[in-house]
Amino acid sequence: MSATTEAPPRPAAKEPPPPPAEPRRLPRWAWALIVIGVWILVWSVTKGQDTLAIAAREHTEVQDKLTDFRDSVLASRDTNPVIQFTYQLGEWFKSLVDWFQRMISIPDFPRPVPQIGWVGVTAVATWIGLAVAGWRIAILVAASFVTFGLFGYWSDSMDLLIVTFVAVAFAVLIGMPLAVLLGTTSRIGNSIINTILDIFQTMPTFVYLLPIVLFFGIGASAGVVCTLIYAMPPLIRIAGHGIRSVSGTTIEATDSAGQTRSQRLRKVQLPMARKTIVVGVNQTIMAALSMATIAAYVDSPGLGQPVLNSLFKNDVGGAFVPGMLIVVMAVMLDRSTTAASEASEKAARGGVDMRQRRIVLALTAIPVVVALWMSRYYTWAAEFPETELGPKLADKVNSFTDWFVDTFSTYTEWFKNVITDYLLNPMQDLLAESPWYVSALAILALALVLGGVRALIPTVICLWGLKFFGLWHDAMITLNMTLVGTVLVMILALVFGVLMARRKAVDLGLRPLLDAGQTIPPFVYLIPMLALFGPTRFTAIIAGVVYAAPVAIKLVADGVSGVSATTVEASRSTGATAWQEITKVQLPMAKGSLVLAANQGLLYMLSMAVIGGMVGAGALGYDVVLGFSRSEEWGKGAAAGISIVLLGIMVDRIARAAADKDEVTHNPAKRPWWRSAMG
Amino acid sequence: MRITRNGWMRARPALAAACLALVVAGCGGGSINEETKSNEEKQAAAGGDCGELNMAVNPWVGYEASAYVVGTVAQEQLGCTVNYKDLKEDVSWQGFGTGEVDVVIEDWGHPDLEKKFVKDKGGDGSATMFGENGNVGIIGWYVPGWLADEHPDILDYKNLNKYAKEFETSESGGKGQFLGSDPSYVQFDEAIIDNLGLDFKVVFSGGEAATITAFEQAQKDKKWLIGYFWEPQYIHAEIPLEQVKLPPYKDGCQDDPAKVACDYPETPLNKVVSTEWADGDSTGVDLVKNFTWTNDDQNQVAAYITADKMSPEDAAKKWIDDNQDKVDAWLGQ
Repeated sequence: MSATTEAPPRPAAKEPPPPPAEPRRLPRWAWALIVIGVWILVWSVTKGQDTLAIAAREHTEVQDKLTDFRDSVLASRDTNPVIQFTYQLGEWFKSLVDWFQRMISIPDFPRPVPQIGWVGVTAVATWIGLAVAGWRIAILVAASFVTFGLFGYWSDSMDLLIVTFVAVAFAVLIGMPLAVLLGTTSRIGNSIINTILDIFQTMPTFVYLLPIVLFFGIGASAGVVCTLIYAMPPLIRIAGHGIRSVSGTTIEATDSAGQTRSQRLRKVQLPMARKTIVVGVNQTIMAALSMATIAAYVDSPGLGQPVLNSLFKNDVGGAFVPGMLIVVMAVMLDRSTTAASEASEKAARGGVDMRQRRIVLALTAIPVVVALWMSRYYTWAAEFPETELGPKLADKVNSFTDWFVDTFSTYTEWFKNVITDYLLNPMQDLLAESPWYVSALAILALALVLGGVRALIPTVICLWGLKFFGLWHDAMITLNMTLVGTVLVMILALVFGVLMARRKAVDLGLRPLLDAGQTIPPFVYLIPMLALFGPTRFTAIIAGVVYAAPVAIKLVADGVSGVSATTVEASRSTGATAWQEITKVQLPMAKGSLVLAANQGLLYMLSMAVIGGMVGAGALGYDVVLGFSRSEEWGKGAAAGISIVLLGIMVDRIARAAADKDEVTHNPAKRPWWRSAMG
Repeated sequence: MRITRNGWMRARPALAAACLALVVAGCGGGSINEETKSNEEKQAAAGGDCGELNMAVNPWVGYEASAYVVGTVAQEQLGCTVNYKDLKEDVSWQGFGTGEVDVVIEDWGHPDLEKKFVKDKGGDGSATMFGENGNVGIIGWYVPGWLADEHPDILDYKNLNKYAKEFETSESGGKGQFLGSDPSYVQFDEAIIDNLGLDFKVVFSGGEAATITAFEQAQKDKKWLIGYFWEPQYIHAEIPLEQVKLPPYKDGCQDDPAKVACDYPETPLNKVVSTEWADGDSTGVDLVKNFTWTNDDQNQVAAYITADKMSPEDAAKKWIDDNQDKVDAWLGQ
């Protein structure tokens, strides 16, 4: 059925929804319910058998083999030529980061201060902001840099900026050729590259953190490499999509002029995809910043270090301040890159008086040079003066947290118990306590019903993999937490997404909060949540929801506000109430966005599985942390990481196949650009 | 192309500014210059018989206290350049072989890592066990103080089943919950519970922060909680925790992990260092070799860091000022 038949602009608001296109077939949700019904019946007589549960320190043969493999690589480190090479590369990364650090963040011995002090750095950054994006961004940049210093984290902020810059620079260097490949290759090549990118994005970093240390060394080198691995996929995906979507007619027209393939790429495809490529770079920067705390686990410099240090002292306020500065940096870089791309677009169209611009930039360069000079000469301009702001804010946050926990812990306890008893536990009983072959068959049947034959093959492969790596029981528990979390995410997404789409003020007020939820390191809010909900699966779910809900809310809001104004107007003229307008017109027409929001919400939830393992949720997340913490368990941790990847790919493929069966998502007018960017 | 030319035009002033910056970089002066000079002189005078000391800082406060006290003595009294590296245990041990880590100052026992890196355990010899650091680790089952006050008999494992129902939570599947801890730590609780016939289920907190928060809340809100905990740990200074008696440890009773039915032994904590560094002629080697202090010493510094919110450097300096006699012993004076 198409979008227009689903949302009748006729005065039919009170009538039941229009009949499905093929009325004699049962709808998919009914089939799904039948499958679940049968599953429950089988479960009631077989529960507890063959669940494949293994104890915390038991391993399977496959897991032992993985550990042995790691051990043999480790034992060969003095002779292995690959490790020799990557280690040199790591040393080089280290000296590059170190050089930048001595320039702007740490004392360049024998100087007692860096080569360029805070006044100089701030002035240069502000001037760059002005040059690439205009006055408003320049002010934002200046304010952000001063904030870093005011709260007492100047040096750590500069370190994070350096590591992010180096990692993103290499991500662009390596990622752009791959993006071109993705944008010009065949459909099959495309789906292979996409699957590889899926693996990189869903594999928990803790699994490959130890190998990275082995290959690249401790410190900035490991930090740069793990950031690079995690942050590159968005660029490849989005830029590749941009290159691919350059209009066919343009290419044909220029091809007919007899251009070579490389001319086509350089002169047509890349310039025309420039805007999308910038979006890709922007997303890569955001992903890089979200690695800040993980990188700190291997002593990579940056704001992640004070966050982690405060975590092990249970000092919420102490973690909040540097965590908040990461958010400030993310917002600054996000708004600057977006504005820079808009400004260059405008300039390319000739909308800017270049002569005047050059005069302004030349004039403003004078105070910048003065600032640079002063920051080398005077101590006050070289070292940010100490303030009490950071510790004061940390104290405030601590007392606020204590008050909040004391006041609300009885209610939150109740809420946790309700969700656990009525949603989490029954679902977990069904998924994890059924014999493994029953759950596997049921999941297959659901995949078939929802996604059709297309979903079947990936599901079979992923289920087989889960069985093979020996953590079936844990995988089912993790899947269950992810599903429950996604339900909560979608409830939030529907409520706030619709509110944001319908009320501009809500949108304005909520966006910064959503940005913060996405970029603040989870380690900052784990301790208050632990205090509220105890070390439980529920705590893990809530931590995941904080991270996953913003994406889903934004997607729903964008989808709903994308519903054409005339359609809404038409329904309004029939006297439909606001509720009817939302449920009968706006939500059905934004169905594609809803499916996408659920899909992304689920993957984001899954990516928090490891954090969940640190707050008492057990299952795959705990296994990954265990593997990272005890060298003899590395194989089990790796198996858990692979299982998380398999779960992610399975759910994603089912969701995509299901969405593809919906014609709404095939309507290009309603298909947002990032939807196709991801598949 | 128009686009590229515009891009170049805009980049030109940036280049000009960069050139100017380089010119300016040649100048400098004032108090910064004076400090630079004095630093240069100091460096020449120091002579550098300590060199660099790469100190791993594992993520718990007690460790941080030991690391910074040794590091500060090395820096202030031996003139070493101390690099603190925030790492977990496994990563630290990997760093011995590459020269990235010289010292692990508090090791709770890692048989698997010893097998990989210590020569007489069959490893590649990159790590050397460097003796005990004087701290003694006590691991055991703990309950919050209020619970021990109200039900004193709970401190014997034989009475635990009587209270199992009270310890039930949403995670424990109808049994009493036993809170397991951070996966880095040596834990046999699943086996102990099985072999003593206790009606409990281990739920792993998954991290030290989660465990500490759980005990804090349990004491504050008088909630029932039993779990794995240990000393030295700074939180003992803030809330009362009482240890539950298990069948006493005897030699060999923990050899088969599946059959453990006894308490944890007292663990003398060790120093581990990089073999290459230990064989070198740094004056820091003797300092680390001689370093030893008590649990009370460590708790004192840990309290400066957590309760008094001092930076680890300041906390270490304060303790050193108050205990120069102990420090002198480490320095062989």
